[in-house]
Amino acid sequence: MTATVDRARDDTRRGPLDVVDHPMVVVHDVRKSYGQHEVLHGIDLTIDHGEVAVVLGASGSGKSTLLRCINQLEKVNSGYIAIDGDIIGFRRSGNTLHELRERDVLRQRVHVGMVFQNFNLFPHLTALENVAEAPRSALGRSRREAEELARDFLGRVGLADRADDYPRRLSGGQQQRVAIARALAMEPKVMLFDEPTSALDPELVNEVLDVMKALAEAGTTMIVVTHETGFAREVADTVVFMDDGLIVESGTVEQIFDAPTQARTASFLAKVL
Amino acid sequence: MFLHGLITNPQWDWPTFFEYFTAPSILKALRTTLWLTLWGTVIGFALGTVLAAMRLSKSPLLQSVSWTYTWLFRSIPLIVNLLFWYNLAYLYPTLSIGIPFGPSFGSRETLDLFSPMTAAIIGLAVHQAAYSSEVMRSGLLAVDFGQREAAAALGIPRFRQFRRIVLPQAMRTILPTGANEVINLFKSTSVVYVMAIGELFYQVRVIYNRNGAVWALLMVATVWYLVLTTILSIIQYYVERHYARGAARQLPPTPLQRLRATFRNVADRARTDNEKTAAASAQAVAP
Repeated sequence: MTATVDRARDDTRRGPLDVVDHPMVVVHDVRKSYGQHEVLHGIDLTIDHGEVAVVLGASGSGKSTLLRCINQLEKVNSGYIAIDGDIIGFRRSGNTLHELRERDVLRQRVHVGMVFQNFNLFPHLTALENVAEAPRSALGRSRREAEELARDFLGRVGLADRADDYPRRLSGGQQQRVAIARALAMEPKVMLFDEPTSALDPELVNEVLDVMKALAEAGTTMIVVTHETGFAREVADTVVFMDDGLIVESGTVEQIFDAPTQARTASFLAKVL
Repeated sequence: MFLHGLITNPQWDWPTFFEYFTAPSILKALRTTLWLTLWGTVIGFALGTVLAAMRLSKSPLLQSVSWTYTWLFRSIPLIVNLLFWYNLAYLYPTLSIGIPFGPSFGSRETLDLFSPMTAAIIGLAVHQAAYSSEVMRSGLLAVDFGQREAAAALGIPRFRQFRRIVLPQAMRTILPTGANEVINLFKSTSVVYVMAIGELFYQVRVIYNRNGAVWALLMVATVWYLVLTTILSIIQYYVERHYARGAARQLPPTPLQRLRATFRNVADRARTDNEKTAAASAQAVAP
């Protein structure tokens, strides 16, 4: 399939295609439907290098779908998403965009790390093997290199001593930290977190949030979908509030939490704060 | 009563049983049976895996090809299927490779290509593939979709996702029914006797038709089938245990480990008992 994206062509002078000094993530007028039901009604979002964006919103507001689009687990119906200047899902030749084949999509995904609500660790592999798998098979590292890398990243999330355990022997918090290490080991340009603490017991939430805070402080570009407003207050550069498939408003922590301009934002925050 | 009869009733003819149980002709036939089972399983499951992957693919063409295959070969009785391959030479005396309606690059006599043994292996394998594709498919479907998604999100190549992430997890579901299929195939090889291949059952028939010791020879076959099914079941246990890694917090002990643990318990109890009596007698002596 060949798609000509007029808007992208018009934007070439200042858009994401040719500009060197581009933001890390650009989401432009993205629409997504499942069958007849449109869940994203035109999302625009720009995330800079090293920026931490926290996306808030009620369930069903399209937050997770947005993350899944950024990671190409879902195809957008219109609009485009660019990571570090490259439009994802397409290859550009001249002024025409060609849809990528799955193999190339997989190659692009390497730049985007994803942490899931349910961890999705591979249960038949040890923590070490979980982290080492993708560097081996997607980046072509040797087994020894990949395992060294994996040990290093497990150390960073404080689990160096659990490398040989199978996920089922780890607590939920530990499993999620392994999942974070697994995503980090690909050295992605941007990390996506899809409600990373929602499946955890309350007393395990903080160990995961602490790892995420350390990442944020180290300058990782992150988009975090979460209900943890405390975390958002502490680390977010930008807070994005979504409702019903639209970004209602976005701004700094102070702007959104202390002086929301939209009634919908205010009423949501009144419930969760 | 039955057990008593087994030993005392001369009709069972145990001497003849022992005479033939390890006879060279029987052992040779056994090897043929195992050979048929091995190739039937290997080719059957390989083809079955491809069929299952086709059925689960997004392509409507591949899906319908796979569905049609399974439909066709599940409908045809094994014996008919086998006889078809056996008699292929009557239908097509020569087989040639070439461009349809164009030049041929080479041709061979069908009978040369399809020895009865090849025909039997093909027949068993294509029959087995139809069943094992369903077994494989059920296993693949049982793996949580999040696993494939996580693998895709990491950029792991398609085939590697299948081989390293999905298949090992699917094996947990595949193995119990899969082992059934292998054992079933192992016994189905006896149907091959219609093609005059010297497998176990054919050989047994040949011998009892000659010497009339029907019961003794049927027992020879039965006991061998029992022994080999037992071995297959033991292999199944260990393979299942292998694929349970990570699924259970602790792997079930092997029978050997269980046996050792029992001995250790008995020994421990004996030791503590000894110590108790020793302590008691020491006390008794002390005052």
